[in-house]
Amino acid sequence: MAEPTLNFSNLDPNSFRAAAREWLESNCPPSMRTPSRDDEVVWGGTKGTFKSPEAKIWLERMAALGWTVPTWPRVYGGGGLSGEQALILDEEMRHLGCRAPLYGHGLSMLGPVLLDVGREMQKGAHLPRIARGEIRWAQGYSEPEAGSDLANVRMRAELKGDHYLVNGHKIWTSYADYCDWIFCLVRVDPAASKHEGIGFLLIDLASPGIRVAPIRLINGGSQFCEVFFEDVRVPAENLVGEPNQGWSIAKKLLEYERKSLEGFSDRHRQRVGLSLRDIARERVGHADGRLSDAVLRDNIAAYEIDDAAFQLTRRRLAEETAANGQPGPVSAMMKYYAAELNKRRLELAVAAAGSYAFGWEGEGEGFSALELRLTRDWLRSKANSIEGGSAEINLNIIAKRVLGLPD
Amino acid sequence: MTLVLTPEAEIIRDTARQFFDKRSPVSALRALRDRRDPDGFSRPLWHDMAELGWAGFLVPEAYGGSEFGIGGLALALEAAGRTLAPTPLFSTALLGASALVLGGSDEQKREFLPGLVSGQHLFAIALEDAAHHAPQPMTTRAERTANGWRLNGTKPFVMDGGVADIFIVAARVDGKALEGNAVGLFLVPRIAAGVSTTPHLMVDNRNAATIRLTDVALGEDAELREPHRGVDLLDRLLQRAYVGLAAESLGLAAEAFDRTLQFLKERRQFGVAIGSFQALKHRAALMFCELELLRSAVRGAVEAQELGAENASALASVAKAKACDALWLISNECIQMHGGIGTTDEHEIGFFLKRARVIQRAFGDASFHRSRYAAQVGY
Repeated sequence: MAEPTLNFSNLDPNSFRAAAREWLESNCPPSMRTPSRDDEVVWGGTKGTFKSPEAKIWLERMAALGWTVPTWPRVYGGGGLSGEQALILDEEMRHLGCRAPLYGHGLSMLGPVLLDVGREMQKGAHLPRIARGEIRWAQGYSEPEAGSDLANVRMRAELKGDHYLVNGHKIWTSYADYCDWIFCLVRVDPAASKHEGIGFLLIDLASPGIRVAPIRLINGGSQFCEVFFEDVRVPAENLVGEPNQGWSIAKKLLEYERKSLEGFSDRHRQRVGLSLRDIARERVGHADGRLSDAVLRDNIAAYEIDDAAFQLTRRRLAEETAANGQPGPVSAMMKYYAAELNKRRLELAVAAAGSYAFGWEGEGEGFSALELRLTRDWLRSKANSIEGGSAEINLNIIAKRVLGLPD
Repeated sequence: MTLVLTPEAEIIRDTARQFFDKRSPVSALRALRDRRDPDGFSRPLWHDMAELGWAGFLVPEAYGGSEFGIGGLALALEAAGRTLAPTPLFSTALLGASALVLGGSDEQKREFLPGLVSGQHLFAIALEDAAHHAPQPMTTRAERTANGWRLNGTKPFVMDGGVADIFIVAARVDGKALEGNAVGLFLVPRIAAGVSTTPHLMVDNRNAATIRLTDVALGEDAELREPHRGVDLLDRLLQRAYVGLAAESLGLAAEAFDRTLQFLKERRQFGVAIGSFQALKHRAALMFCELELLRSAVRGAVEAQELGAENASALASVAKAKACDALWLISNECIQMHGGIGTTDEHEIGFFLKRARVIQRAFGDASFHRSRYAAQVGY
C-alpha cells in the first residue's frame, strides 16, 4: 500500500527505480496493467466516471504520491520528481504495463502553463485539483474564423472593473460537454495588433450565459463541441499573465499540446486490440507464413518499419532531453509524424479487413465489436492531422524554426 | 546504452569528420574519377586511416586492433558518407574484420588480422550471384576434395573486388536445403589458381569486379567456421553490412540535405530566396523527418548490434530500409531543388545521387528489407 511518508524524490536513480518498481507492483491493481480500451480512459472531472472500481483506486493511489504529475512541485499536488526520475517512472510503468491513471488538458497543457506564468493564487486554486483529477479542462482556442490562423481569435473579453464581460463563439472544443472549466484565448484589446491584443482567460463552464453544443462527426461520434458565450461574467483575477501576453502563452501551450497528443497516440496505439498483421492474416490469408497479398504485406512492413524508427526517435528525444535539459530539434516533428502514422495504420487496417471494415452498426450480426470500432477509429483518425495544429502548420514550423527557411 | 552520443563517441565522430573534410572531400573523389584512378580510392589515405586505428575498429587488441567497436566504426562510416569518401572501411574494417572475428580460428586470425589492421590486406565479400541481393548464394558451389575444397562459380559486381587481395566467398556446400551448413564462407586469396577478376567502373566511381572461380582448390583451413559458420555466420555478417551501409547513408543523406537547405536559403528568384516558398518548405520539412527517422534507426540498430539484442536482426533491416527511403527521397529532391545546376557534372550534388543509388541497391533495397523484416517478425 501507499506509504505517504516515503520520500521518493531524494533517491538516486538506481534506488528510485527499485523503489518505484516495488511501489507500482504492490499498488497498481492487476486490471490496471492491461491494455485499456478508449472508453476506459480516465479523464477526471465532476462529470467523469470510472469504468471499474480499480480505476478509481489506481487514480487515488497515484494522486496521493503526486505521480499523476510526477515533476510538479509537491505543494501543488505533484510528485516533486526530477526529469530523470520521471523518465524512470515512465519506463517502469511501461515495463509493468501500467495504464496512465489520468489524462487531460489540465495535466498536459494548462498545468505546465500555470507553473510557468500563473499567479500564486491561480496555481494554488487549480493545480492540486488538476493533479487529483477533480476538474476536467477544455481548451477554448479555435473559432470559426480562427483555425490554422489562430491569432485571428475574435471572442471578446471586455474589462468591466473586477470582471471581464465575455461574448463570442469557440469551436472544435474537445469534449466541452464533459468538462468543468475552459481556458480561452480572448480578444482583450481590439485596438492592439492581431497578436498583441490577446488574453488567456480561465472560465468556469457553469457560468450563466454559456451554451455547449456537441458537433456530430463523420464517425458518428461527437468528440468536439461548439461553445457559445453571451454576456458571461468572468472574475478579472482569472486572466493568466498580462492582458497582452495571451499569444505567447498560447504558443507555449501548443508545444505542450503537441507533445501530449503525440504521447497519447502512442498509448492509444497500444490499446488497440487488433494488430494489422492479425487482421491481415484473418481476412487476407497467408501461405508459408507470408501474407498472401504481397503489396499489402509490403505496405504493412513499410508502416511497421516507420513506426519502429519513430519509437526509436521518441526514445532518442527523451534521452536527449534528459541529457541536455531541453528537447532537441527533432521534437518539432513528433506531433506531425504520430498523426501520419496513426492515419496510415488505420487505412492499412481497413485495407486488410476488406468488407469487415465497413460495418456501421449491428454487433454480432456480421461484425465484431472490434471491427465496428475500427470503422469509427478510421474515420476519427482523419482529424489527427488537423486537430492541435494541422500537418501543414507543423511542416511550416519545422521549416521555420528548425531548418531556418525564410518567411 | 543510449541513443544519444556519449562524449567519447562525439570525439570519434568529430575526429572522423575533420579527417574526411580535410583529406577526402568530394573534390578528392572527383580527382580520382578524372584521372581514371584504377583503384578508385587513395592508398596513402587508407594507410593513414589504418595508423589512426580505423582499420582495426572491430579487431581485438591481441591482434593489434583498437577494438573501439561497431558504434565507433558506424560513426566513421557516417563521416565518410558525408564527403562520399571512397575507403575500404566497409569491405575491410567492417566486413573483413567481422568475418574473421566471428568465424575465424586462432590461426586464421593470426594470419590475416595483423595485416588487416596495418592496412596491408584489403578484403571484399563475394556474396551475390546475380543482379539483386539475395542473402544466400544460389549457384556458386564448394565441393569437398581429399584435402579441402574446390570452388566453382561467378560473382558479378563484388564491391571493392577490384582492389581486394583476399575475397570472402560465400558458396553452397551441397545442393540441399538453404540452412545450417549448406553455405560456407571461404577465404580465397586473389592470387589463388583459378581465380580471375574483371574490374568494372561503377557510376559512383567505386571499384567493383566480377570474380570467376574455376576449380579453385583450397585447403581445409580456408573455411571460416568457428565460433560461427555457415548460414549463421553469413547472417551475422549481413546484419553488419546492412547497418554499416545505413550508417554511411545517414552521413550522405545528411550532407546532401544540408547542402540543399543552404541552396534554398541562397538562391533567389522573383526577388526572394526560393526557400521562402511553401511548396519547397514543406518538402524540406518532410526530408528532415525522413532524415531524423533514419538517424534514430541507425543508432538503434548499432546499439542492438553492440548489445547482441534479440531484435538486432530485425532492426538491421529497419535501418537499411529507412536508409533506402531517405536516400531515394533526398537524392532526388536535392537535384530537383538545385534546378539546372544540379544536373551538371560541374556541381558536386550529382555525386551524391550516384552514390545514393548504389548504396540503395547494395545488400538489399527497401522492398527487400521490408520483406525480410516481415519474415523476421512473422508475416
